[in-house]
Amino acid sequence: MTNQLSVDHLVGIKELQKEDIELIFQTAEQFKNVLNRPIKKVPSLRDVTIANLFFENSTRTRLSFELAEKRLSADVVNFSAASSSVKKGETLIDTVNNILAMKVDMVVMRHPNPGAAKFLSEHVDAKVINAGDGAHEHPTQALLDSYSMRERLGDLAGKKVVIVGDITHSRVALSNIYCLQKQGAEVMVCGPTTLIPKYIHELGVLVEHDLQTALEWCDVANMLRIQLERQDVKYFPSLREYTMMYGLDMKMLNSLSKKIIIMHPGPINRGVEISSEVADCDQAIILDQVENGVAVRMAVVYLLAQKLRINA
Amino acid sequence: MSEKILLNSKEIDITITRLCWELIENHEDFSNTVIIGMQPRGVFLAEKIVAKLNELKKIDTLHWGSLDSTFFRDDFRNRTEHLLVHQTNIDFLIENKRVVFIDDVLYTGRSIRAGLNAIGSFGRPKDIELLVLINRRFSRELPISPNYIGREVDAISTEKVNVEWSILGKEDKVSLINN
Repeated sequence: MTNQLSVDHLVGIKELQKEDIELIFQTAEQFKNVLNRPIKKVPSLRDVTIANLFFENSTRTRLSFELAEKRLSADVVNFSAASSSVKKGETLIDTVNNILAMKVDMVVMRHPNPGAAKFLSEHVDAKVINAGDGAHEHPTQALLDSYSMRERLGDLAGKKVVIVGDITHSRVALSNIYCLQKQGAEVMVCGPTTLIPKYIHELGVLVEHDLQTALEWCDVANMLRIQLERQDVKYFPSLREYTMMYGLDMKMLNSLSKKIIIMHPGPINRGVEISSEVADCDQAIILDQVENGVAVRMAVVYLLAQKLRINA
Repeated sequence: MSEKILLNSKEIDITITRLCWELIENHEDFSNTVIIGMQPRGVFLAEKIVAKLNELKKIDTLHWGSLDSTFFRDDFRNRTEHLLVHQTNIDFLIENKRVVFIDDVLYTGRSIRAGLNAIGSFGRPKDIELLVLINRRFSRELPISPNYIGREVDAISTEKVNVEWSILGKEDKVSLINN
């Protein structure tokens, strides 16, 4: 078992080795244990300063990262593009270098442009964690999704996971595909033709357009949100029609020959991709995902902070 | 490389038996005492101590667990070799209990310092004692002293005290290795 990550930044799951994923999960398990203690905090990062730079809206990811960093005793500064000099025309590197001049060791960044985290990691002297870059990757979401699946299913090798919905605009889908495949799981994507990238089968995933068939095949269904904010043109006639074709309700869930696990990265559009009853049923592990998110992010931040040398 | 055997399997058993009687002397029926094995290697000794206590006194209600103090270490960013995190397993209350830390070798004292901080996350014990199989007397970097000692060893920093346990596939043995 390796005891350190093979990467210096978490830009995407694509760059990780299987051993890195195992190390993150093993560390996250111990942080989950910490989060269930009367005192939910450890002093490991007491001399580390982390900047959370969110150039795009986020609620749970930003809160989850902030909580994870605070549970590790790091000093945290938050930045949101809406109230910053970015609006005044400052470039990304200038913004970040100004923040780093204040002696920040690590940057957690969400940005609307794919590749922004990689670009940053190559140009600034700090550890970079990608908290979502456009429709490219959202590595910590995929890690917490896999961690939550493993809690229910054990080893994911040979398990079948279907990702349903807006695959084209989803960074969660791409990161999940990489993450699941590195653990030996089989991945299928399901959705209307317009929301599935044309060459996605080249990633080694199966493509299915019928939801019932996909659900019969899988052990886990990850229901993605329709990202209306990223859709500049109409990809389907109406939300009502999408729900009729790709919305999961209790009737369909109960009609399946086995009990599958239902996941959702949030925020949920209740009554669109899944019904309220499905979101709240025993098979849904949506709140487990949120809880595990803090532990997994603690693990990622901790393991990258290990690589910061004192006085380096 | 030279190796000097400090304790063989039989001597380890005798030492553990003596340590258990010392514990019994101070903790009687262990009704308010919990045993904590320090991860990673103190856990093997803790397991043996608990089994021996059961054998000597039939204490089958004894609470014992394991504590990993990696997140509380003060050399987190100084180490060239990163530490793997191990399981902490404490599924009982610590508050107002008498806690006995168990570790195989006491060297600089830094792991125990981290353990003292880590146990605080679970509550405020009445007191904490330390039992070690080997006490390396002249290597301490912090004012930490064990309450129960299996054997005192005077070793220089280039020497390594190696503890092997039968549960890991070898016979129980403590040796001093000089590189």
